[in-house]
Amino acid sequence: MNLLKQFGRYILMLGVVFSRPNRFKFFWNQSLLEIEHIGINSLPIVALMSTFMGAVIALQTASSMESPLLPDYTVGFITQSSTILEFSPTIISLILAGKVGSNVASEIGTMRITEQIDALEIMGVNSLNFLVLPKVVAALVFFPVLVVFSMSLSMLGGWLALLVSDLTTTEIYILGIRSFFNPFHITYALTKTLVFGFLIVSIASFYGYYVKGGSLDVGRASTQAVVSSSIAILIANFILTQIMLLS
Amino acid sequence: MIEVRQLSKSFNGQQILFDIDHQFEKGKVNLIIGQSGQGKSVLAKCMVGLYEPDGGQIYFDDRNFTNMDRHERSLIRQEIGMLFQGAALFDSMTVEQNVMFPLQMFTQMTKAEIQKRTDYCLERVNLEGSNLLMPSQCSGGMQKRVGIARAIAMRPRYLFCDEPNSGLDPKTSIVIDNLIQDITREFEITTVVITHDMNSVMEIGDQIVFIHEGKKCWSGDRHSIIDSGNEEIENFVYASSFMKEIRSKLQKK
Repeated sequence: MNLLKQFGRYILMLGVVFSRPNRFKFFWNQSLLEIEHIGINSLPIVALMSTFMGAVIALQTASSMESPLLPDYTVGFITQSSTILEFSPTIISLILAGKVGSNVASEIGTMRITEQIDALEIMGVNSLNFLVLPKVVAALVFFPVLVVFSMSLSMLGGWLALLVSDLTTTEIYILGIRSFFNPFHITYALTKTLVFGFLIVSIASFYGYYVKGGSLDVGRASTQAVVSSSIAILIANFILTQIMLLS
Repeated sequence: MIEVRQLSKSFNGQQILFDIDHQFEKGKVNLIIGQSGQGKSVLAKCMVGLYEPDGGQIYFDDRNFTNMDRHERSLIRQEIGMLFQGAALFDSMTVEQNVMFPLQMFTQMTKAEIQKRTDYCLERVNLEGSNLLMPSQCSGGMQKRVGIARAIAMRPRYLFCDEPNSGLDPKTSIVIDNLIQDITREFEITTVVITHDMNSVMEIGDQIVFIHEGKKCWSGDRHSIIDSGNEEIENFVYASSFMKEIRSKLQKK
Protein backbone atom coordinates (compact mmCIF):
# COMPACT_ATOMS: atom_id res chain seq x y z
CA MET A 1 0.00 0.00 0.00
CA ASN A 2 2.82 2.33 1.00
CA LEU A 3 4.71 1.44 -2.19
CA LEU A 4 1.66 2.33 -4.26
CA LYS A 5 1.29 5.63 -2.41
CA GLN A 6 4.97 6.44 -3.01
CA PHE A 7 4.62 5.57 -6.69
CA GLY A 8 1.59 7.85 -7.01
CA ARG A 9 3.52 10.66 -5.33
CA TYR A 10 6.44 10.08 -7.71
CA ILE A 11 4.14 10.34 -10.75
CA LEU A 12 2.57 13.54 -9.37
CA MET A 13 6.07 14.93 -8.82
CA LEU A 14 6.96 14.26 -12.46
CA GLY A 15 3.87 16.21 -13.51
CA VAL A 16 5.20 19.28 -11.70
CA VAL A 17 8.79 18.73 -12.87
CA PHE A 18 7.77 18.74 -16.53
CA SER A 19 6.21 22.16 -16.60
CA ARG A 20 7.38 25.34 -18.28
CA PRO A 21 10.48 26.82 -16.55
CA ASN A 22 10.07 30.30 -14.99
CA ARG A 23 13.04 31.59 -16.96
CA PHE A 24 14.63 29.71 -19.88
CA LYS A 25 17.94 31.49 -19.34
CA PHE A 26 18.15 30.07 -15.81
CA PHE A 27 17.06 26.65 -17.01
CA TRP A 28 19.69 26.63 -19.73
CA ASN A 29 22.48 27.72 -17.36
CA GLN A 30 21.43 25.17 -14.73
CA SER A 31 21.31 22.41 -17.35
CA LEU A 32 24.87 23.20 -18.45
CA LEU A 33 26.04 23.19 -14.84
CA GLU A 34 24.35 19.84 -14.25
CA ILE A 35 25.95 18.38 -17.39
CA GLU A 36 29.27 19.27 -15.78
CA HIS A 37 28.30 17.98 -12.31
CA ILE A 38 26.63 14.71 -13.17
CA GLY A 39 28.09 14.08 -16.62
CA ILE A 40 31.60 15.36 -17.18
CA ASN A 41 32.62 14.72 -13.56
CA SER A 42 31.62 11.07 -14.03
CA LEU A 43 34.06 10.56 -16.91
CA PRO A 44 37.02 9.35 -14.76
CA ILE A 45 35.05 6.64 -12.92
CA VAL A 46 33.38 5.51 -16.16
CA ALA A 47 36.75 5.37 -17.93
CA LEU A 48 38.36 3.35 -15.15
CA MET A 49 35.48 0.90 -14.77
CA SER A 50 35.03 0.41 -18.52
CA THR A 51 38.69 -0.25 -19.30
CA PHE A 52 39.03 -2.90 -16.61
CA MET A 53 35.60 -4.36 -17.38
CA GLY A 54 36.56 -4.83 -21.04
CA ALA A 55 39.92 -6.27 -20.08
CA VAL A 56 38.35 -8.83 -17.74
CA ILE A 57 35.65 -9.85 -20.26
CA ALA A 58 38.32 -10.44 -22.92
CA LEU A 59 40.59 -12.41 -20.59
CA GLN A 60 37.75 -14.54 -19.20
CA THR A 61 36.49 -15.32 -22.70
CA ALA A 62 39.97 -16.18 -23.93
CA SER A 63 40.59 -18.45 -20.94
CA SER A 64 37.37 -20.40 -21.68
CA MET A 65 38.14 -20.94 -25.37
CA GLU A 66 39.25 -24.54 -25.33
CA SER A 67 37.30 -25.91 -28.30
CA PRO A 68 39.28 -25.87 -31.57
CA LEU A 69 35.95 -25.46 -33.42
CA LEU A 70 35.58 -21.90 -32.19
CA PRO A 71 37.26 -19.33 -34.45
CA ASP A 72 39.99 -17.10 -32.90
CA TYR A 73 37.99 -13.93 -33.44
CA THR A 74 35.30 -15.18 -30.98
CA VAL A 75 37.04 -13.32 -28.12
CA GLY A 76 36.65 -10.00 -29.92
CA PHE A 77 33.07 -10.75 -30.89
CA ILE A 78 32.02 -11.69 -27.34
CA THR A 79 33.76 -8.64 -25.91
CA GLN A 80 31.94 -6.43 -28.40
CA SER A 81 28.47 -7.94 -27.95
CA SER A 82 28.52 -8.23 -24.16
CA THR A 83 29.89 -4.70 -23.84
CA ILE A 84 27.32 -3.13 -26.16
CA LEU A 85 24.33 -5.17 -25.06
CA GLU A 86 24.79 -5.27 -21.34
CA PHE A 87 27.96 -4.18 -19.63
CA SER A 88 28.20 -0.57 -20.80
CA PRO A 89 24.53 0.44 -20.58
CA THR A 90 23.53 -1.54 -17.50
CA ILE A 91 26.63 -1.87 -15.33
CA ILE A 92 27.72 1.71 -15.97
CA SER A 93 24.18 2.88 -15.16
CA LEU A 94 24.26 0.93 -11.91
CA ILE A 95 27.56 2.60 -11.05
CA LEU A 96 26.09 5.99 -11.94
CA ALA A 97 23.07 5.19 -9.77
CA GLY A 98 25.53 5.03 -6.87
CA LYS A 99 27.58 8.07 -7.77
CA VAL A 100 25.02 10.43 -9.30
CA GLY A 101 21.96 9.13 -7.44
CA SER A 102 23.44 9.60 -3.97
CA ASN A 103 24.81 13.00 -4.97
CA VAL A 104 21.46 14.26 -6.29
CA ALA A 105 19.47 12.91 -3.32
CA SER A 106 21.82 14.40 -0.75
CA GLU A 107 22.07 17.76 -2.55
CA ILE A 108 18.29 18.20 -2.80
CA GLY A 109 17.74 16.66 0.64
CA THR A 110 20.14 19.13 2.24
CA MET A 111 18.36 21.98 0.47
CA ARG A 112 15.10 20.68 1.92
CA ILE A 113 16.26 20.45 5.54
CA THR A 114 18.01 23.83 5.41
CA GLU A 115 14.77 25.43 4.11
CA GLN A 116 16.36 26.46 0.78
CA ILE A 117 13.51 24.73 -1.07
CA ASP A 118 10.98 26.61 1.09
CA ALA A 119 12.81 29.83 0.20
CA LEU A 120 12.42 29.04 -3.51
CA GLU A 121 8.72 28.27 -3.06
CA ILE A 122 8.12 31.49 -1.09
CA MET A 123 9.69 33.48 -3.92
CA GLY A 124 7.18 31.90 -6.30
CA VAL A 125 9.67 29.57 -7.98
CA ASN A 126 8.46 26.10 -8.98
CA SER A 127 11.20 24.41 -6.96
CA LEU A 128 10.69 20.92 -8.44
CA ASN A 129 10.96 22.26 -11.96
CA PHE A 130 13.89 24.53 -11.09
CA LEU A 131 15.90 21.85 -9.30
CA VAL A 132 14.98 18.59 -11.00
CA LEU A 133 14.34 19.34 -14.68
CA PRO A 134 17.91 20.51 -15.45
CA LYS A 135 19.26 17.33 -13.82
CA VAL A 136 16.92 15.15 -15.88
CA VAL A 137 17.89 16.98 -19.07
CA ALA A 138 21.60 16.68 -18.21
CA ALA A 139 21.21 12.93 -17.63
CA LEU A 140 19.29 12.43 -20.87
CA VAL A 141 21.86 14.42 -22.84
CA PHE A 142 25.07 13.15 -21.30
CA PHE A 143 24.45 9.55 -20.12
CA PRO A 144 24.38 8.28 -23.75
CA VAL A 145 27.71 10.07 -24.30
CA LEU A 146 29.11 8.33 -21.22
CA VAL A 147 27.89 4.94 -22.41
CA VAL A 148 29.36 5.32 -25.92
CA PHE A 149 32.62 6.42 -24.25
CA SER A 150 32.38 3.36 -21.99
CA MET A 151 31.81 1.01 -24.97
CA SER A 152 34.90 2.35 -26.74
CA LEU A 153 37.10 2.12 -23.69
CA SER A 154 35.83 -1.33 -22.78
CA MET A 155 36.79 -2.71 -26.19
CA LEU A 156 40.11 -0.88 -25.98
CA GLY A 157 40.69 -2.41 -22.54
CA GLY A 158 39.95 -5.87 -23.93
CA TRP A 159 42.43 -5.36 -26.75
CA LEU A 160 45.15 -4.13 -24.36
CA ALA A 161 44.63 -7.08 -22.01
CA LEU A 162 44.81 -9.62 -24.82
CA LEU A 163 47.86 -7.94 -26.30
CA VAL A 164 49.74 -7.83 -22.98
CA SER A 165 48.84 -11.46 -22.28
CA ASP A 166 49.76 -12.45 -25.83
CA LEU A 167 46.43 -14.26 -26.33
CA THR A 168 45.55 -12.88 -29.77
CA THR A 169 46.67 -10.41 -32.41
CA THR A 170 45.26 -6.97 -33.10
CA GLU A 171 43.94 -8.04 -36.52
CA ILE A 172 42.03 -11.03 -35.14
CA TYR A 173 40.61 -8.97 -32.25
CA ILE A 174 39.41 -6.23 -34.64
CA LEU A 175 37.91 -8.88 -36.91
CA GLY A 176 35.99 -10.21 -33.89
CA ILE A 177 34.83 -6.73 -32.90
CA ARG A 178 33.47 -6.15 -36.43
CA SER A 179 31.94 -9.62 -36.85
CA PHE A 180 28.14 -9.90 -36.82
CA PHE A 181 27.88 -6.27 -35.73
CA ASN A 182 24.22 -5.29 -35.52
CA PRO A 183 23.66 -1.50 -35.50
CA PHE A 184 20.30 -2.04 -33.79
CA HIS A 185 22.20 -3.15 -30.68
CA ILE A 186 23.55 0.39 -30.36
CA THR A 187 19.98 1.75 -30.60
CA TYR A 188 18.92 -0.79 -27.96
CA ALA A 189 21.81 0.17 -25.66
CA LEU A 190 21.22 3.90 -25.99
CA THR A 191 17.47 3.52 -25.46
CA LYS A 192 18.21 1.61 -22.25
CA THR A 193 20.66 4.31 -21.20
CA LEU A 194 18.09 7.07 -21.69
CA VAL A 195 15.54 5.19 -19.57
CA PHE A 196 18.11 4.37 -16.88
CA GLY A 197 19.38 7.97 -16.78
CA PHE A 198 15.86 9.26 -16.32
CA LEU A 199 15.15 6.72 -13.57
CA ILE A 200 18.38 7.46 -11.67
CA VAL A 201 17.90 11.23 -11.56
CA SER A 202 14.14 11.32 -11.03
CA ILE A 203 14.13 8.66 -8.29
CA ALA A 204 17.06 10.31 -6.48
CA SER A 205 15.36 13.71 -6.74
CA PHE A 206 12.14 12.21 -5.37
CA TYR A 207 13.88 10.84 -2.26
CA GLY A 208 15.82 14.06 -1.74
CA TYR A 209 12.88 16.40 -2.28
CA TYR A 210 10.53 14.70 0.15
CA VAL A 211 13.05 14.06 2.93
CA LYS A 212 11.94 15.09 6.43
CA GLY A 213 14.10 15.55 9.48
CA GLY A 214 17.83 16.15 9.71
CA SER A 215 21.18 15.05 8.33
CA LEU A 216 20.64 11.40 9.32
CA ASP A 217 17.46 11.36 7.26
CA VAL A 218 19.29 12.87 4.29
CA GLY A 219 21.82 10.02 4.52
CA ARG A 220 18.99 7.50 4.71
CA ALA A 221 17.22 9.09 1.73
CA SER A 222 20.45 8.95 -0.24
CA THR A 223 20.83 5.23 0.45
CA GLN A 224 17.18 4.57 -0.39
CA ALA A 225 17.61 6.51 -3.64
CA VAL A 226 20.53 4.31 -4.72
CA VAL A 227 18.76 1.07 -3.76
CA SER A 228 15.47 2.03 -5.42
CA SER A 229 17.04 3.34 -8.62
CA SER A 230 19.20 0.20 -8.90
CA ILE A 231 16.11 -2.00 -8.57
CA ALA A 232 14.25 0.18 -11.08
CA ILE A 233 17.17 -0.19 -13.54
CA LEU A 234 17.12 -3.99 -13.25
CA ILE A 235 13.35 -4.15 -13.80
CA ALA A 236 13.47 -1.67 -16.70
CA ASN A 237 16.36 -3.65 -18.22
CA PHE A 238 14.27 -6.80 -18.22
CA ILE A 239 11.21 -5.08 -19.71
CA LEU A 240 13.18 -3.23 -22.41
CA THR A 241 15.02 -6.40 -23.41
CA GLN A 242 11.70 -8.21 -23.75
CA ILE A 243 10.26 -5.42 -25.84
CA MET A 244 13.24 -4.52 -28.03
CA LEU A 245 15.08 -7.78 -28.57
CA LEU A 246 12.46 -10.48 -28.31
CA SER A 247 9.22 -9.10 -29.69
CA MET B 1 -2.87 43.91 5.67
CA ILE B 2 -3.06 40.15 6.09
CA GLU B 3 -6.10 38.57 7.63
CA VAL B 4 -6.61 35.00 8.77
CA ARG B 5 -10.12 33.75 9.43
CA GLN B 6 -11.01 30.56 11.30
CA LEU B 7 -7.67 28.99 10.36
CA SER B 8 -7.20 25.40 11.48
CA LYS B 9 -4.54 22.81 10.77
CA SER B 10 -3.82 19.27 11.91
CA PHE B 11 -1.06 16.75 11.22
CA ASN B 12 -1.78 13.00 11.27
CA GLY B 13 -4.99 13.55 13.19
CA GLN B 14 -3.40 15.84 15.78
CA GLN B 15 -4.92 19.31 15.80
CA ILE B 16 -2.23 22.02 15.83
CA LEU B 17 -4.22 25.20 15.12
CA PHE B 18 -7.78 25.87 16.30
CA ASP B 19 -9.85 28.44 14.40
CA ILE B 20 -7.38 31.32 14.53
CA ASP B 21 -8.77 34.76 13.65
CA HIS B 22 -6.38 37.70 13.41
CA GLN B 23 -5.47 40.78 11.38
CA PHE B 24 -1.84 41.65 10.75
CA GLU B 25 -1.63 45.38 10.14
CA LYS B 26 0.18 47.25 7.41
CA GLY B 27 3.24 49.35 8.31
CA LYS B 28 3.57 47.60 11.64
CA VAL B 29 5.71 44.82 13.04
CA ASN B 30 3.22 42.11 13.95
CA LEU B 31 4.62 39.50 16.29
CA ILE B 32 3.41 35.94 16.73
CA ILE B 33 4.70 34.80 20.08
CA GLY B 34 4.33 31.72 22.22
CA GLN B 35 6.27 28.83 23.65
CA SER B 36 7.93 26.26 21.41
CA GLY B 37 5.55 23.72 19.89
CA GLN B 38 2.42 25.85 20.27
CA GLY B 39 1.81 26.34 16.54
CA LYS B 40 3.48 29.69 15.73
CA SER B 41 5.55 28.43 12.80
CA VAL B 42 2.66 26.29 11.53
CA LEU B 43 0.47 29.41 11.49
CA ALA B 44 3.07 31.37 9.53
CA LYS B 45 3.73 28.50 7.11
CA CYS B 46 -0.01 28.22 6.47
CA MET B 47 -0.11 31.94 5.78
CA VAL B 48 2.59 31.74 3.10
CA GLY B 49 1.19 28.51 1.65
CA LEU B 50 3.96 26.13 2.67
CA TYR B 51 1.28 24.19 4.56
CA GLU B 52 -2.25 23.78 3.30
CA PRO B 53 -4.74 24.68 6.08
CA ASP B 54 -7.55 22.22 6.87
CA GLY B 55 -10.02 25.04 7.22
CA GLY B 56 -10.30 28.81 7.20
CA GLN B 57 -9.24 31.61 4.89
CA ILE B 58 -6.17 33.79 4.41
CA TYR B 59 -6.50 37.22 2.79
CA PHE B 60 -3.65 39.33 1.47
CA ASP B 61 -5.26 42.78 1.16
CA ASP B 62 -8.68 41.25 0.46
CA ARG B 63 -7.27 38.70 -2.00
CA ASN B 64 -8.24 35.21 -0.88
CA PHE B 65 -4.97 33.26 -0.95
CA THR B 66 -6.62 30.00 0.10
CA ASN B 67 -8.69 29.66 -3.06
CA MET B 68 -5.90 30.53 -5.50
CA ASP B 69 -4.30 28.07 -7.91
CA ARG B 70 -0.54 27.49 -8.16
CA HIS B 71 -0.01 30.27 -10.71
CA GLU B 72 -2.01 32.89 -8.79
CA ARG B 73 -0.18 31.97 -5.60
CA SER B 74 3.12 32.32 -7.41
CA LEU B 75 2.18 35.93 -8.27
CA ILE B 76 1.24 36.73 -4.64
CA ARG B 77 4.45 35.12 -3.44
CA GLN B 78 6.44 37.56 -5.53
CA GLU B 79 5.05 40.19 -3.16
CA ILE B 80 6.24 38.23 -0.12
CA GLY B 81 9.70 38.33 1.38
CA MET B 82 10.69 35.79 3.97
CA LEU B 83 13.58 35.57 6.37
CA PHE B 84 14.08 32.00 7.55
CA GLN B 85 15.29 30.83 10.94
CA GLY B 86 18.56 29.55 9.45
CA ALA B 87 18.60 32.29 6.77
CA ALA B 88 18.17 29.56 4.06
CA LEU B 89 20.70 31.17 1.74
CA PHE B 90 21.52 29.23 -1.42
CA ASP B 91 24.91 27.87 -0.47
CA SER B 92 26.12 27.44 -4.05
CA MET B 93 25.71 31.19 -4.68
CA THR B 94 27.59 34.23 -3.42
CA VAL B 95 25.93 36.83 -1.19
CA GLU B 96 25.35 39.01 -4.25
CA GLN B 97 23.89 36.17 -6.33
CA ASN B 98 21.52 35.29 -3.47
CA VAL B 99 20.12 38.83 -3.46
CA MET B 100 20.04 39.02 -7.27
CA PHE B 101 18.25 35.69 -7.66
CA PRO B 102 14.59 36.83 -7.35
CA LEU B 103 15.31 39.91 -9.49
CA GLN B 104 16.81 37.81 -12.28
CA MET B 105 14.04 35.26 -11.99
CA PHE B 106 11.01 37.51 -11.96
CA THR B 107 11.81 40.97 -13.31
CA GLN B 108 12.70 42.37 -16.71
CA MET B 109 15.38 44.63 -15.20
CA THR B 110 18.66 45.11 -17.05
CA LYS B 111 21.93 43.81 -15.63
CA ALA B 112 22.90 47.31 -14.49
CA GLU B 113 19.54 47.86 -12.77
CA ILE B 114 19.79 44.50 -11.01
CA GLN B 115 23.31 45.31 -9.84
CA LYS B 116 22.17 48.71 -8.57
CA ARG B 117 19.21 47.25 -6.68
CA THR B 118 21.40 44.48 -5.21
CA ASP B 119 24.00 46.97 -4.03
CA TYR B 120 21.27 49.12 -2.50
CA CYS B 121 19.75 46.15 -0.61
CA LEU B 122 23.14 45.07 0.70
CA GLU B 123 23.94 48.63 1.70
CA ARG B 124 20.55 48.87 3.45
CA VAL B 125 21.52 45.95 5.71
CA ASN B 126 25.07 47.31 6.20
CA LEU B 127 26.74 44.66 4.09
CA GLU B 128 28.34 46.82 1.40
CA GLY B 129 31.50 45.18 0.10
CA SER B 130 30.38 41.65 1.02
CA ASN B 131 29.05 40.90 -2.46
CA LEU B 132 31.45 38.12 -3.35
CA LEU B 133 31.46 36.23 -0.05
CA MET B 134 29.95 32.76 0.05
CA PRO B 135 27.28 32.13 2.74
CA SER B 136 29.67 29.74 4.51
CA GLN B 137 32.11 32.64 4.93
CA CYS B 138 29.48 34.79 6.71
CA SER B 139 28.72 34.88 10.43
CA GLY B 140 25.20 34.04 11.69
CA GLY B 141 24.28 37.73 11.95
CA MET B 142 25.61 38.44 8.45
CA GLN B 143 23.64 35.52 7.03
CA LYS B 144 20.47 36.91 8.61
CA ARG B 145 21.20 40.32 7.08
CA VAL B 146 21.78 38.75 3.65
CA GLY B 147 18.45 36.96 4.17
CA ILE B 148 16.77 40.32 4.85
CA ALA B 149 18.46 41.88 1.79
CA ARG B 150 17.18 39.01 -0.37
CA ALA B 151 13.72 39.31 1.19
CA ILE B 152 13.43 43.03 0.39
CA ALA B 153 15.03 42.84 -3.08
CA MET B 154 11.67 42.53 -4.84
CA ARG B 155 10.15 45.44 -2.83
CA PRO B 156 7.74 43.11 -1.00
CA ARG B 157 4.40 44.20 0.41
CA TYR B 158 4.58 41.48 3.07
CA LEU B 159 7.61 40.37 5.08
CA PHE B 160 7.70 37.18 7.16
CA CYS B 161 10.50 36.54 9.63
CA ASP B 162 10.76 33.14 11.30
CA GLU B 163 12.66 33.54 14.57
CA PRO B 164 15.09 36.10 13.18
CA ASN B 165 17.15 36.16 16.38
CA SER B 166 17.67 32.47 16.94
CA GLY B 167 21.34 31.69 17.43
CA LEU B 168 22.37 35.34 17.69
CA ASP B 169 23.88 37.21 20.62
CA PRO B 170 21.66 39.89 22.28
CA LYS B 171 23.47 42.82 20.64
CA THR B 172 23.26 41.39 17.11
CA SER B 173 19.64 40.44 17.81
CA ILE B 174 18.80 44.07 18.50
CA VAL B 175 20.55 45.12 15.26
CA ILE B 176 18.39 42.62 13.31
CA ASP B 177 15.23 43.70 15.18
CA ASN B 178 15.86 47.36 14.46
CA LEU B 179 16.57 46.60 10.83
CA ILE B 180 13.25 44.75 10.50
CA GLN B 181 11.44 47.63 12.21
CA ASP B 182 13.10 50.29 10.05
CA ILE B 183 12.37 48.42 6.83
CA THR B 184 8.75 47.89 7.85
CA ARG B 185 8.22 51.62 8.47
CA GLU B 186 10.32 52.81 5.54
CA PHE B 187 8.55 50.67 2.93
CA GLU B 188 5.12 50.57 4.64
CA ILE B 189 4.97 46.78 4.52
CA THR B 190 3.06 44.26 6.59
CA THR B 191 5.65 42.44 8.66
CA VAL B 192 4.95 39.24 10.56
CA VAL B 193 7.66 38.06 12.97
CA ILE B 194 7.56 34.72 14.76
CA THR B 195 9.55 34.86 17.97
CA HIS B 196 9.77 33.77 21.57
CA ASP B 197 12.46 36.30 22.37
CA MET B 198 11.15 38.78 24.97
CA ASN B 199 13.80 41.34 23.98
CA SER B 200 12.30 41.40 20.48
CA VAL B 201 8.81 41.64 21.89
CA MET B 202 9.70 44.72 23.91
CA GLU B 203 11.87 46.23 21.17
CA ILE B 204 9.69 45.98 18.07
CA GLY B 205 6.28 44.53 18.95
CA ASP B 206 3.76 46.98 17.47
CA GLN B 207 1.05 44.33 17.45
CA ILE B 208 1.38 41.01 19.26
CA VAL B 209 -0.64 37.82 19.08
CA PHE B 210 0.05 35.14 21.68
CA ILE B 211 -0.55 31.55 20.58
CA HIS B 212 -1.04 28.90 23.24
CA GLU B 213 -1.93 25.26 22.51
CA GLY B 214 -2.82 26.20 18.95
CA LYS B 215 -5.32 28.90 19.94
CA LYS B 216 -5.15 32.67 19.88
CA CYS B 217 -4.82 33.36 23.57
CA TRP B 218 -4.19 37.09 23.67
CA SER B 219 -3.44 40.05 21.41
CA GLY B 220 -2.27 43.58 22.10
CA ASP B 221 0.86 45.72 21.93
CA ARG B 222 4.18 45.67 23.78
CA HIS B 223 2.99 48.13 26.41
CA SER B 224 -0.02 46.09 27.41
CA ILE B 225 1.75 42.72 27.51
CA ILE B 226 3.45 43.42 30.85
CA ASP B 227 0.19 43.70 32.77
CA SER B 228 -2.08 41.69 30.50
CA GLY B 229 -3.71 39.88 33.40
CA ASN B 230 -3.64 36.69 31.29
CA GLU B 231 -2.19 33.79 33.22
CA GLU B 232 -0.68 32.02 30.20
CA ILE B 233 1.01 35.14 28.94
CA GLU B 234 2.35 35.98 32.40
CA ASN B 235 3.86 32.50 32.60
CA PHE B 236 5.50 33.20 29.25
CA VAL B 237 6.75 36.73 29.97
CA TYR B 238 7.92 35.96 33.50
CA ALA B 239 9.30 32.51 32.77
CA SER B 240 12.78 33.05 34.22
CA SER B 241 13.42 33.47 37.93
CA PHE B 242 15.13 36.78 37.12
CA MET B 243 11.97 38.14 35.51
CA LYS B 244 9.87 36.77 38.38
CA GLU B 245 12.10 38.66 40.80
CA ILE B 246 11.66 41.88 38.83
CA ARG B 247 7.90 41.40 38.84
CA SER B 248 7.74 40.86 42.58
CA LYS B 249 9.89 43.98 43.14
CA LEU B 250 7.58 45.99 40.89
CA GLN B 251 4.53 44.67 42.73
CA LYS B 252 6.05 45.64 46.11
CA LYS B 253 6.60 49.19 44.88
